Amino acid sequence: MEPINEGPQTGQAIVTLEGVTKRFPGIIANDQIDLEISAGEVHVLLGENGAGKSTLIGMLSGLQQPDGGRILVDGVETAIRSPSHALSLGIGTVFQHNMLVPTLTVAENLALGGPWWQRPKIAELAARVAEIARPLGIEINLGARVSELSLGQQQQVEIVRALLRESRLLILDEATSMLTPQGIAELGALMRRLVERGLAVVFITHKLGEAADFGDRVSILKLGRKVGEIPPERLRKLERAALVDEIVDKMFGRQAGDDAVSIPPRAANDDVLLEVRDLSVPATADMPGLEAISFTIGKGEILGVAGIDGNGQKELAEALAGQRPAAGGSVRLGGQSLDDLEVGARRRKGLRYLTDDRLGEGTVGPFPVSINYFLKQIGEPPLWRSGIERSREIESRARSLTHLYDVRTPALSTPVGRLSGGNIQKVLIARELAEGAKAVIFNKPTYGLDLANTLATRQRIRDIAGEGLAVLLISTDLEELLSMCHRIVVISQGRLVGTVTNGPGAGEKVGRLMIGLAA
Amino acid sequence: MSGLFSNVFLTALLFGAVTAAIPLLLAGLGEQMSEKAGVLNIGIEGMMISGAYLGFVGAYYSGSFGVGFLTGALGGIAVAALMALLCVRIGLNQIVIGIALTLGLEGLTALLHHFQFSRSYPRLPAVPITEIPLLADIPILGPALFKHHLIVYFSVAMVLVMIWVYRRSQLGLNLQAAGDKPAALDVAGIDVIRTRTIAVLFTGTMAGLGGAFLANVGAGLFIPFITNGAGFLGIVLAMLARGRPVWVLVGALIFGMCLSLTTAAQVAGINVPTDVIQMLPFLAVMVMLVLFGRRASLPAALGIPYERGAR
Amino acid sequence: MSQDAAPVRALDASAGQAGGREPLRRIVITLGPILVSLVLAGGVLLAVGVDPIAYYGFVLDRGLLSPLGLQQTLTRMAPLLFIAAGLIVAFRAGMWNLGGDGQFLLAAVTAAASAPLLVQTLPSWLALLVACLFSAFVAMIWSLVPALLRAYQGVNEIITTLMMSFLGVSFANVLVKLVFLDPATTVPQTRTLPVADRLPRLFETTVTSGLLFGLATIVIVHLVMTRTAFGLKLRIVGANPRAAIHAGLNVPLLTVAVFAISAGLIGLGAAVDIVGIQGNVRADWNPAYGFAIIPVVFLARMNGFAAIGFVFLLSVLWIGGESAARRLGVPQSFTLVLVAIVLITLALAEYLDHRFNQARRA
Repeated sequence: MEPINEGPQTGQAIVTLEGVTKRFPGIIANDQIDLEISAGEVHVLLGENGAGKSTLIGMLSGLQQPDGGRILVDGVETAIRSPSHALSLGIGTVFQHNMLVPTLTVAENLALGGPWWQRPKIAELAARVAEIARPLGIEINLGARVSELSLGQQQQVEIVRALLRESRLLILDEATSMLTPQGIAELGALMRRLVERGLAVVFITHKLGEAADFGDRVSILKLGRKVGEIPPERLRKLERAALVDEIVDKMFGRQAGDDAVSIPPRAANDDVLLEVRDLSVPATADMPGLEAISFTIGKGEILGVAGIDGNGQKELAEALAGQRPAAGGSVRLGGQSLDDLEVGARRRKGLRYLTDDRLGEGTVGPFPVSINYFLKQIGEPPLWRSGIERSREIESRARSLTHLYDVRTPALSTPVGRLSGGNIQKVLIARELAEGAKAVIFNKPTYGLDLANTLATRQRIRDIAGEGLAVLLISTDLEELLSMCHRIVVISQGRLVGTVTNGPGAGEKVGRLMIGLAA
Repeated sequence: MSGLFSNVFLTALLFGAVTAAIPLLLAGLGEQMSEKAGVLNIGIEGMMISGAYLGFVGAYYSGSFGVGFLTGALGGIAVAALMALLCVRIGLNQIVIGIALTLGLEGLTALLHHFQFSRSYPRLPAVPITEIPLLADIPILGPALFKHHLIVYFSVAMVLVMIWVYRRSQLGLNLQAAGDKPAALDVAGIDVIRTRTIAVLFTGTMAGLGGAFLANVGAGLFIPFITNGAGFLGIVLAMLARGRPVWVLVGALIFGMCLSLTTAAQVAGINVPTDVIQMLPFLAVMVMLVLFGRRASLPAALGIPYERGAR
Repeated sequence: MSQDAAPVRALDASAGQAGGREPLRRIVITLGPILVSLVLAGGVLLAVGVDPIAYYGFVLDRGLLSPLGLQQTLTRMAPLLFIAAGLIVAFRAGMWNLGGDGQFLLAAVTAAASAPLLVQTLPSWLALLVACLFSAFVAMIWSLVPALLRAYQGVNEIITTLMMSFLGVSFANVLVKLVFLDPATTVPQTRTLPVADRLPRLFETTVTSGLLFGLATIVIVHLVMTRTAFGLKLRIVGANPRAAIHAGLNVPLLTVAVFAISAGLIGLGAAVDIVGIQGNVRADWNPAYGFAIIPVVFLARMNGFAAIGFVFLLSVLWIGGESAARRLGVPQSFTLVLVAIVLITLALAEYLDHRFNQARRA
């Protein structure tokens, strides 16, 4: 099979799914999915986190097996048994979290998968990479170590790898989440060139705009079900705005604008509450440092931090929370200096940090929900007295938090790791907002949540700002920032490159700052 | 004190260093592959003692050192297969199973030895020597380095083989990927479990050979608990070598020298308890760890069982 | 979905389990494997020509049923309980202190060197107390290098504690042979603490009162680990070190504390063994208690009360096995085989139980 050299065979189905179902303990991840993936088409799979996109890809790429229904490859029913089987069927996948070995070079990564007794054929590989990459406008440095490449470059390596394996079907999983706006446009053009060569591309995303911009065909998933499909004919006919409306309609089953812009009114007294001056953090091997970060947040104000992921947002949040040592600068909360204080003391002063890494550092998975509410106040009265746990107090306090923040858990003793993402997030929110919060740092608070939880979380943030708290909202989702912030600062390479007051045209200004232009 | 540095003495010292270094080299090279592939192989001590016992039994009953090394390797492989099954395939805790295998095989070999040999304590004859022509005639160094059993040359040659495997072969890439990012190897179409199993079995082979060497060449007989931490030293060597086979060789020779000094000091009549000199290699490791500890690199996925699709 | 399916791995299996069926299941998946192991190990005995039933019967008789054997078993438990307590602290905090033997022997030498001198000047009880504290302190010092390396340099403690253990065993021997040698005997050993000055025995038996201290210690350690803020902090460090940093815990300091407590308890165990039972340290004496107790702590799933049971079981096997070695000619090393088989079958049982639960939930 040499798709690159063959003419387009548009419309011919490569893979067909019929009633495919996949269950996990407690949930149906995919319920009776029908899908047809054809040569010469960019087929967009659109859905929110938790809609079942990842599971579907898992089955197509051989990582998981369906529990029901059937998958046809070239019209023949085929069980895709393993990743290597998927590859041999011509199905190549570029995963959301890249699948390159950071300690190997690009060439070595591309050579992975050959017969184990052979020498990697680097020279032959170089020739073939050049042959594939040049017409697509991709430049690849085979000798570079993967850990030295940017995320966009790594993604290109993965696409080339899939083509090297003579894939006829290329699956791109949330491929734009780590890219700059420019990178996203380049990827769109690349997909176009690929389908012109007769490949099929499955492009998975949760962003409506990308679906409208790049898709030849759009399938919409919701809570494990396919709720709609827009065929190419219809796609071509519609204006972009009308198209987006139609997709929204199918995705949410109601009018768009439920989460319309709603900026909470500022309290009459808008004194500065959180003041950061010239905060700097030394760079590490894989992270940019922070340089002279200064901003203020008033009472009841929501300050947004926009930027491409990995430009120092996490470092900023950690430095403010006291979790990462700062090299210089000062942080003041309500006029009091926090500079010499540790995490616990800053928390007690009212500065709270809601991490984006809920399972990695936010919670201790095997520990009960109740204990996870109080991870940051271990030993403090009244839950502990002279260092001894007071189970009854912990229990009753945990029960009231569970009720107050609507955490759905079978029991207080359930290990928190068994809850859904949305409920784990509620546990964290309950922990950070409880008792004496004055300024709260939210790091990507809605990342990975379903729509209902996303909306609830956003409303919660608006509410606490309305109560007079200062909020620093870090997000990579520009729409989210525009929907509630009073002002938005843009972070790039560890520096704040501009401040935009929210209002008409703010989105465009922030976008220009993000890609390095003047607002 | 002139006798202390006579040619004969120096030759004996170096010869002893090489003899003491070989088991550590074999264990270190073996462990290195497991660690590269992401398996912390604490069970290596058990593999060595199994190799020592079966190696001795094989050599004793067949009268051939070659057969002894073969059975020794098989002894290591048998334990490694159990380890691979329990830790790589099923994914049980590598430390728990490693300790269990070490304890169990120390006990089992001591038990079997007791019933078979404790009355006679049979010894093997001197090990047959293969001289390397010309090189063996170099004064001092020649007899110390080039008059050994074939297995010694084999062990050193394995260093070159391993360098080639890690740098130039597809297997080397696969192993590194299995340790640093197993999911990447899996989606590249290579079975992670199989790759790690190969690594663990290789560790067993090398550890078994090392154990057989300890018993058959080093001691000439099997003694319960004969490995006495040699496998653990292999783990240390592998960790300090940071994936480079040649550093395992260097480390093994340094250790071998320390151990050889023990014997030499006794021969020379220096009145120090052997314990003092036995401390030297461990002291050396600790000094190295204190100095270079931060840089002792280990694969990202070391000790974590791989489960496809787990996120 | 990914949030739901996230794998949760931790040593701390005791956290957050509930349900009425739970204790029964625990007992089944603990006792079942032990029975299977006895059968498998019996097969080993058969293979070397020993009647397993006779052997087990003898071990049971000498280790448990005969009054003298039972007293020996209970006496043997005293140092082992301290070691188990020390390992529980370390393992619950996710730190692999595999250096128990070195810490134990150095502490033992300290006790043997100091106690006979101290009793000459101090009241007996105070002398023993000071000797115990010396021992604990020396063991703590010995754990300091691995602790600091792990806390501030991130060096894997498995290796460093093992190395320090080998080093400690040799060093203890050097001390016995060169520094604390008893000039009054030809055997290389330390001075001997007179029997009258040792820890008192319980009632009319030969059982040392160290047993009570050991029991109290392990219960206290269990309660501290499960019921106090400090214990919870250590368990968080063990279950998710990044969460510990996020929550503002001083992880390096806690790491050093864990090693110090762990080694200190092991050192106390050594002191109790010396001032209560042995009276002196002979050259080349190494009971290797530390390495033998590691599996016990795993088997007990780091639960202090379960550890008492398993330490008792191991002591029965040990004492009975020692008698059997003399009388039936089955060497002591058989106990190691049995323990190893138990450890593996128990791990397998837990795995199968987990799989079964998953299958049932799906």
